[in-house]
Amino acid sequence: MSRTFRLDGREIPFAPGQTIMDAALAAGVYIPHLCHNPEFAPHGSCRVCVVDIGGRQVSACTAAASEGLEVDSASEMIQATRRAILQMLFVEGNHVCPACEKSGDCQLQAVAYYVGMLTPHFTHFFPRRSIDASHPDVIIDFNRCILCELCVRASRDHDGKRVFAISGRGLDSHLVIESPSGKLGDSAFAKEDKAAQVCPTGAILPKHRGYETPIGRRLYDREPISIVGDTRAPGNRQSAREVD
Amino acid sequence: MAARIRVATASLCGCFGCHMSLLDIDERFLDLVERVDLDRTPLTDIKTFGDCDLALVEGGVANVENVEVLLEIRRRCKILVAFGACAVNGGIPAMRNQVSLGECLRESYMNGIGLERPGIPNDPEIPLLLDRVHPIHEVVAVDHVLPGCPPSADAIWTFLSALLDGRPIDYAYTQIHYD
Repeated sequence: MSRTFRLDGREIPFAPGQTIMDAALAAGVYIPHLCHNPEFAPHGSCRVCVVDIGGRQVSACTAAASEGLEVDSASEMIQATRRAILQMLFVEGNHVCPACEKSGDCQLQAVAYYVGMLTPHFTHFFPRRSIDASHPDVIIDFNRCILCELCVRASRDHDGKRVFAISGRGLDSHLVIESPSGKLGDSAFAKEDKAAQVCPTGAILPKHRGYETPIGRRLYDREPISIVGDTRAPGNRQSAREVD
Repeated sequence: MAARIRVATASLCGCFGCHMSLLDIDERFLDLVERVDLDRTPLTDIKTFGDCDLALVEGGVANVENVEVLLEIRRRCKILVAFGACAVNGGIPAMRNQVSLGECLRESYMNGIGLERPGIPNDPEIPLLLDRVHPIHEVVAVDHVLPGCPPSADAIWTFLSALLDGRPIDYAYTQIHYD
């Protein structure tokens, strides 16, 4: 006998052990997310997948599905909360879309479009962060890192390398690289690694192919992320083209 | 037919790309001029502001003249629009916030490649630069926001026509982009 909960009025079946996000993804219902990738253990850090269950706001990627739940993911209140979270992510880093090779293929940008963010609204931090171009095939622009830890999880759990970690606390949290110099070029990282392919922003970018797909013909240029899915979703032809 | 409204536009620290995109509304400009009177704008080269209903402000705030112009626009205009990426979030010029103003000027005017007569410009006619480039909402209250580098002509027309008609502004998915 299948169990179900209700997501914005729609019955969603689930198996024991699934999260609300798992069940929604399996049913083809989009809940915005950045730090979640079904290939890795849930992280619950970006809070973009916030949903309301009985007046309590939880992250859909970490909340267990259970029989009879009434989940609100589409109300204006939830969308406004997501917009505010996105706005904070934008002002906390340096996200200059017109100067970013990832623009149009960027999950951060696409989710911001989806929730109707027109402006970052808050006061910009304009943090001073560096760029690491030491690796021959991949560049890291720390200005664009949102600390989702997808590269950390991919390198540790899939590649078995532990190239990345988050260091520091609070506002000082930042991505660090395991190598004698702290540079990516001196690490065990390779462009074939899963960790090279999971970044939801332009923080980890392949070199030498920036504008192979012109602006205007990119993944999220014509249709929203709720329809075309994540950049690295399995079976996504765009992602297959981008990363060999 | 609604009464004509008075519109100003200005480019602060921008590249005039948003104004070029405004001109890209092409023949719709004929509808527009039936319904608006232009006040100070680079399109007419009128240099002083009157009292306006609407102002489109392109560009971020990078120098003291930008601050003065923006404050005057806010005083003079009922509805102020952050028009394009630089006004919305500082845009490309705000990338100089990554370095100190001194470093930026030295790299451009002292150490840059191919300089004939190195020297940081200090003519009193040149407005003094701020230490950082700011989006306009960090200086004045903003009523509407139109992102894009530049916003497309269709997005601009969606905005202007809805505003003039008093309709809710409802952008198509492809009309809102940050690049």
